[in-house]
Amino acid sequence: MTTLRINGRQVSVSGPDDAPLLWVIRDEVGLTGTKFGCGIGQCGACTVHIDGKAVRACITPLSAVAGKSVTTIEGLDPKGAHPLQVAWIEAQVPQCGYCQSGQIMQAAALLKTTPHPTDADIDHGMNGNLCRCMAYVRIKQAIKLAARPKTSSKTGASA
Amino acid sequence: MNAPLKPADHPLEALSRRNFLISVTTAGVALGFAGEAAAAGGAPAGFEPTIWYSIGRDGAVTVNIIRAELGQHVGTAVARIVADELEADWSKVHIKTVDSHPKWGLMVTGGSWSVWQSYPIYSQAGAAGRQVLIEEGAKLLKAKPADCIARNGRIHAGKASVGYGDIVAKGDLARSFTPEQLAKMPVKPVSERRLIGKHTHARDIPGKTNGQGLFGIDAVVPGMVYARPKLPPTRYSSTVVSIDDSAAKAVPGYQKTIALDDPSGSIPGWVVVLGDSFVAANRACDLVKVTWKSGDAAKVSEADLQARSAQLIADPKTGGMAVDDPGVDAAFASAKSKIEATYTTATALHFQMEPVNALAFEKDGVWEIHTGNQWQSLVLPWLSKALGRPEDKIVLKSYLLGGGFGRRLNGDYAIGAALASKAIGKPVKLVFTRPDDTRFDSPRSPSVQVVRMAFGEAGRVTAMEHTAAAGWPTLAMAPFFMPKGANGVAYDPFSINGADHWYTVGAQRVRAVNNDLANATFRPGWLRSVGPGWTNWALESFMDEAAHSQNVDPLAFRLRLLDATGRNAGSGPTAVGGAKRQAAVLQRVAAKAGWGKPLPKNTGIGLATTFGQERDMPTWVACAARVRVDPKTGVVKVEKLDLVVDCGTVVHPDGAQSQVQGASLWGMSLALFEGTEFKDGQVRDTNLGAYTPLRMADVPELDIEFMPSTEPPVGLGEPATTVVGPAIGNAIFNAVGARVRDLPIRPAAVLKAMKA
Repeated sequence: MTTLRINGRQVSVSGPDDAPLLWVIRDEVGLTGTKFGCGIGQCGACTVHIDGKAVRACITPLSAVAGKSVTTIEGLDPKGAHPLQVAWIEAQVPQCGYCQSGQIMQAAALLKTTPHPTDADIDHGMNGNLCRCMAYVRIKQAIKLAARPKTSSKTGASA
Repeated sequence: MNAPLKPADHPLEALSRRNFLISVTTAGVALGFAGEAAAAGGAPAGFEPTIWYSIGRDGAVTVNIIRAELGQHVGTAVARIVADELEADWSKVHIKTVDSHPKWGLMVTGGSWSVWQSYPIYSQAGAAGRQVLIEEGAKLLKAKPADCIARNGRIHAGKASVGYGDIVAKGDLARSFTPEQLAKMPVKPVSERRLIGKHTHARDIPGKTNGQGLFGIDAVVPGMVYARPKLPPTRYSSTVVSIDDSAAKAVPGYQKTIALDDPSGSIPGWVVVLGDSFVAANRACDLVKVTWKSGDAAKVSEADLQARSAQLIADPKTGGMAVDDPGVDAAFASAKSKIEATYTTATALHFQMEPVNALAFEKDGVWEIHTGNQWQSLVLPWLSKALGRPEDKIVLKSYLLGGGFGRRLNGDYAIGAALASKAIGKPVKLVFTRPDDTRFDSPRSPSVQVVRMAFGEAGRVTAMEHTAAAGWPTLAMAPFFMPKGANGVAYDPFSINGADHWYTVGAQRVRAVNNDLANATFRPGWLRSVGPGWTNWALESFMDEAAHSQNVDPLAFRLRLLDATGRNAGSGPTAVGGAKRQAAVLQRVAAKAGWGKPLPKNTGIGLATTFGQERDMPTWVACAARVRVDPKTGVVKVEKLDLVVDCGTVVHPDGAQSQVQGASLWGMSLALFEGTEFKDGQVRDTNLGAYTPLRMADVPELDIEFMPSTEPPVGLGEPATTVVGPAIGNAIFNAVGARVRDLPIRPAAVLKAMKA
């Protein structure tokens, strides 16, 4: 039994200590927003936050998160209205959408350390997250939208 | 099959809009106006004028979508088509992605066909509904139908109005239309469009920002057993000799390992390892030792495959003639000058981010397959044979697809899940790891192409010959879609499309050659744009080479050949305008990119233009790529891609923009970042690190423009992938004088070509 906090809730899970956190979250806890992509930490589809830092859940053993606080896409914002989630809709970012939970979690961590990222900051921060639909233009656009000081915003994406 | 698909003389005919309608109707589409509830004897629960949508008593319009949602926002686009004709209130329109059922006819999501094929059907269905609602609304308003208009979910007569929900609740909607009547149903003039062509948000997007969207891999059912496949060394020629799972028994939660018995012959030699959790099944799978007996395919290399293609091309008797004009040989024999070049493309992977997976179980005598799939009508007969059950006892439940790109046209993974479930009598969720998925991808076959052109007096083009050899997906999985060539030999149209271009070149020959070694070694796949992904690499690189050989500007050279005469004049509805429209997008992109203006050293702009996927559905595309080449390393940096597209009516403009953004970057990724090779009968690169699709930092400046048009809409998912590679190749030549003919373009090849 390992005890950890997921999205603010205390949970006890029975997976082996070396089970990847990804599968514990998906199959034991039943939160399927976090996705399985490459299994080697190189696509970013499984990105979650551990104590606020973005990590790859597919290569994080359960033992490493005992007593820690894990946030998944489902817990990023109680109403699913984190500025990035709002921007993601405004910029109409997702195509297939499979990588987008990971993209948003990675971007949320980026904005925490770099609230006003430059293009280069975004490239650097997001380059580990593969989007096979290649919606990169809009991912970058949405991060900038979310980082922008709130003024009246136009709807719709144009690139 | 869902729909009775007869072998067609030409597959494009079998899939044309007209025949699509027929295939739908022969499958027994009820076009009566009584809904299912009424038919069952109860009061109508709602208005269901066609199978394509229904209207509830609350006025909610539910549009049935038979296409897989794999990122193209197809539900939104198709629902906008119905809603526009129906004059529905968009806020009350709901999208339902349906499960498989014979009534839907042919269920396939590919070929960039969805909007093109859906447009007439859903428009006419919407128009039929509008007509009936006006008639019944008029009665309720005590007005003449001619004095009523439909707008925003209500029928108006002067200042009085009644909502669609009330009409459904109170009106007598019993009507029936024959398929012929429906096909003749007049649709609104372009000036009356209120939703088509207007901005809207895609309905599938919110669920893709909060973790709520359900993909195939998210499907669960109580009591399911997890499985991972243990895949044989080769696709076709392996049989299981023995299984040793002694080491796996130490894994907590490991259940057992079984060799699948597949009467359909779709997945020979597959073994599955079962466990209480995916973690258990995955770990046990690594420890299970299976011995297979494999055939010669286990030794095949990429070089073997390409050598076989070259050998087959050299024999003029091989292949099917997609185009075979008289006089080709005579024109070459009497040519003033000629040019010939050989182009290759390497094996490429789909690498969709969600590894293939399926959950299968039998419930109340019906097999349920929960999975993301692009061609339900193809996999159902396979499942039927594999399970020994009729097709009407098998249903494919629809989910979001974590990328398709053609991989999920091949539903092999569903067979594995179903057979495993049948074997153990419990629900089985089969999940491939990334390397499993990649190893048994249906990759884009490597290709070899030889292109020749003959010139007469004053550089006039008198003949052209294009021969392409590759593994053929359609032969491997859907041979009933293969037409016969002019020489009577069947060929895979999807593997040669593009070579039958819209340039007027005198006597033309297009020969499609199957690489039999490729088809025996692996299962070639339809990968985003399929043949046009390689034929245009050759064709559009060659057009530049041909222009240079005559000392003519490549833009002027192309425009001269895009004269829209003869078979290139084009005819309606979708190909109206023909090559003129291709010339227009090319001219526009050249002007936008500043073609002909001076550029910095080692920088060049290259042009390419294609008609997208197939002559019956031309999507006119042109690209100008600006690259900078490092002459020391050969590294190519793409600075900007300009694209101009004429796809007729743009139904969902933001979705269209999004598709072209993604597809153009796909083209760039395939040109510079991807590519693998066969080694010992398998693809060499099975995960990231080795296989390296384009990442955010590689994205160039993108400028995408759509030509204003009110012609019928065509496809957009694939066409932009086809122009970018050759535009980059031509730009490299213009930058540093290096002609590259092999895709992907590697720095070493650029350096070598610079010295050539």
